[in-house]
Amino acid sequence: MSTIQDTVAKTDTAAVDAPPKKSMALGRAASWAMLIVLLIAPLFVRNFVIFQMTMLLIYGIAVLALNILTGGSGQFSLGQSAFYAIGAYTSGILMEHFGVNYALTLPIAGAICFAVGFLFGFPALRLSGIYLALATFALAVAMPQLLKLGVFEHWTGGVQGLVVTKPDAPFGLPLSQDMWLYYFTLAISLAIYLASVNLLRSRSGRAMMAIRDNEIAASAMGIDISLYKTLAFGVSAGITGVAGGLGAIAVQFVAPDSYTFLLAIALFLGMVVGGVGWLPGSLAGAAFIVFVPNIAEGISKGLSGAFFGVLLFIVIYLVPHGARQGAIYAEMLFNKLRRS
Amino acid sequence: MFSGQKIRIAAFSTAIMAFAATSSTALAQKKYDTGASDTEIKIGNIMPYSGPASAYGIIGKTEAAYFQMINEQGGINGRKVNFITYDDAYSPPKAVEHTRKLVESDEVLLVFNPLGTPSNTAIQKYLNAKKIPQLFVATGAAKWNDPKNFPWTMGWQPNYQDEARIYAKYLLKEKPDAKVAVLYQNDDFGKDYVKGFKEGLGDKAKSMIVTEESYEISEPTIDSHIVKIKASGADTLMDFTTPKFAAQTIKKNGELGWKPLHIVTNVSISVGAVMKPAGFEHSQGVLSAAYLKDGADPQWNDDPGMKKWIAFVDKYMPGSNKADSGLVFGYGVAQTLHKVLEMCGDNLTRENVMKQAASLKDFQTDVALPGIKINTSATDFAPFQQVQMMRFKGEKWELFGEVISSDGGK
Repeated sequence: MSTIQDTVAKTDTAAVDAPPKKSMALGRAASWAMLIVLLIAPLFVRNFVIFQMTMLLIYGIAVLALNILTGGSGQFSLGQSAFYAIGAYTSGILMEHFGVNYALTLPIAGAICFAVGFLFGFPALRLSGIYLALATFALAVAMPQLLKLGVFEHWTGGVQGLVVTKPDAPFGLPLSQDMWLYYFTLAISLAIYLASVNLLRSRSGRAMMAIRDNEIAASAMGIDISLYKTLAFGVSAGITGVAGGLGAIAVQFVAPDSYTFLLAIALFLGMVVGGVGWLPGSLAGAAFIVFVPNIAEGISKGLSGAFFGVLLFIVIYLVPHGARQGAIYAEMLFNKLRRS
Repeated sequence: MFSGQKIRIAAFSTAIMAFAATSSTALAQKKYDTGASDTEIKIGNIMPYSGPASAYGIIGKTEAAYFQMINEQGGINGRKVNFITYDDAYSPPKAVEHTRKLVESDEVLLVFNPLGTPSNTAIQKYLNAKKIPQLFVATGAAKWNDPKNFPWTMGWQPNYQDEARIYAKYLLKEKPDAKVAVLYQNDDFGKDYVKGFKEGLGDKAKSMIVTEESYEISEPTIDSHIVKIKASGADTLMDFTTPKFAAQTIKKNGELGWKPLHIVTNVSISVGAVMKPAGFEHSQGVLSAAYLKDGADPQWNDDPGMKKWIAFVDKYMPGSNKADSGLVFGYGVAQTLHKVLEMCGDNLTRENVMKQAASLKDFQTDVALPGIKINTSATDFAPFQQVQMMRFKGEKWELFGEVISSDGGK
């Protein structure tokens, strides 16, 4: 871009309102309440529940990443499990073969996934809508088999996978491994959440949303469509990679069978249930994919899949816009109560 | 002589001593870890009821039905078994989540027969760190027999390496001048077999094996590999493959008119899933090995053990297909745990459970072949190490020869 165009763009920003923050984030009071709940809850529950909450946050990050891609730039992806797997393996291999500190493996996992996602974005440019969804789906189906290839076996452990050591709390803090990992994950989730909200409200975010709403109009306005589309892919893949790395540390094990296309579909499901484009919904979506299968299994072992389907159907039918709709109802109710 | 007070003290202290003595004997009689009590033993299990390996889900259902039967008969040493089983959909992260739930929330005494090599690998470190028995895992990998590094993990079925050693033993005896071709699946399953087979042949491995050919599980057909193997001039085929590929191999051999001495793995002996699709005319004379009885084979109709099994299936799992080997497997492994818990008596600590599991002597389940017994020791965590050779004839397998045990792996 030339300097002239830049100055034009700058004067524009003052004139056009940024997309209202509310459309993608929670209100201030609700945000603080949520944060306090997330901070305090682990003090009162068992280690197993803390582990589940950690997984909830991790899947939340992965759903958020998909939300940026689909809700932000309007591109579909059923291949997020592939990026999640790359992130998990990057962290696992760095920790177990090279003895890298677990916290340092995350930015590396993110960077590698960003690169892979960015590169995958180029061929994906030629595809749109359901065709893009299918192309990414192919990536998700291929990934577990690629990980089993003999060529990489020395690093990936092949079918056997890699066992990862769980980190202790640093500086001799009196926290259990689970508790420490939870707060560690919470801090990273928070950073990613804030960065994502800011990204979508920035110039790049507005460019992505313009592409989502009308590609031709966006291009007429001088937005570099291929750059922003591939960038969205890269950012989404990078964040998913960080989630994958965290997942590997929390589960302490990576194997090809952990990252089948079912994971990609689960993440997609989480995004829809949470509300497309509404970032806090990612957490609600993650809660759905972590807890609802367990509830369904509790109802019936043989028909768990069918009950999961029924529950999903009820959610889609009652709140078609996902958790976002629920949040709006709650807010209306709250305001009514305050006025009366 | 004694003042009243002194007598009282003496009486009091005797009472205390007597109390201490009785209570300590009571403690010696009854010892419990989390998950066990006077009335109940809690057992956890992970099984793929959904997902790619859901065909194995029948094993978990059989185990649940077995413990229901035991409870109706009065339980184990008067204690009811509470069998808690969760669906991991063959996904290791889900297996970790459920195992933690079993241990930390349901508070089970032990985790029993979790299925699948990846899922078991994922939970092995956790369970060993927590010192919780991971008993009789449902996978044939050789790594579960490692009491030194993983004293809380034990396998059950004959492992793939042991089985392959037995085939090697058979070949050395029956056909020492064989020209062997090895066909294997390129993953941990196939490689375990190749390793055991070569170890079994020992020094003769180099001279006997004329060709080794591997295939990927993703290949739609392995016909080209068979043609290549036939061209190598081999007269014996070691077929270390999973059911689909074993059927392809048998069929292709028939079409090519090639009749080597053909051995398939115990995993691929299903009449319905392998022999029938390959064609009975092509399957004649194929060799393999077994350690459990076949539920659909009429030769066991009068066998006392199988009569019990049939009565169990008819009453507790009505409508099930008796040809499903999962029903036999689930019954056999549940019966082994039943035996171990019986041996534990009133000392239901996790340590004692492992100790008793490692002291099974010549235990024979109702569903194991005659003469095939379970033996374990503190240094041998591989319960089944014997199999019997069998040959396919007509439309079923015929057992022949003696029960063979592998010498290796101990």
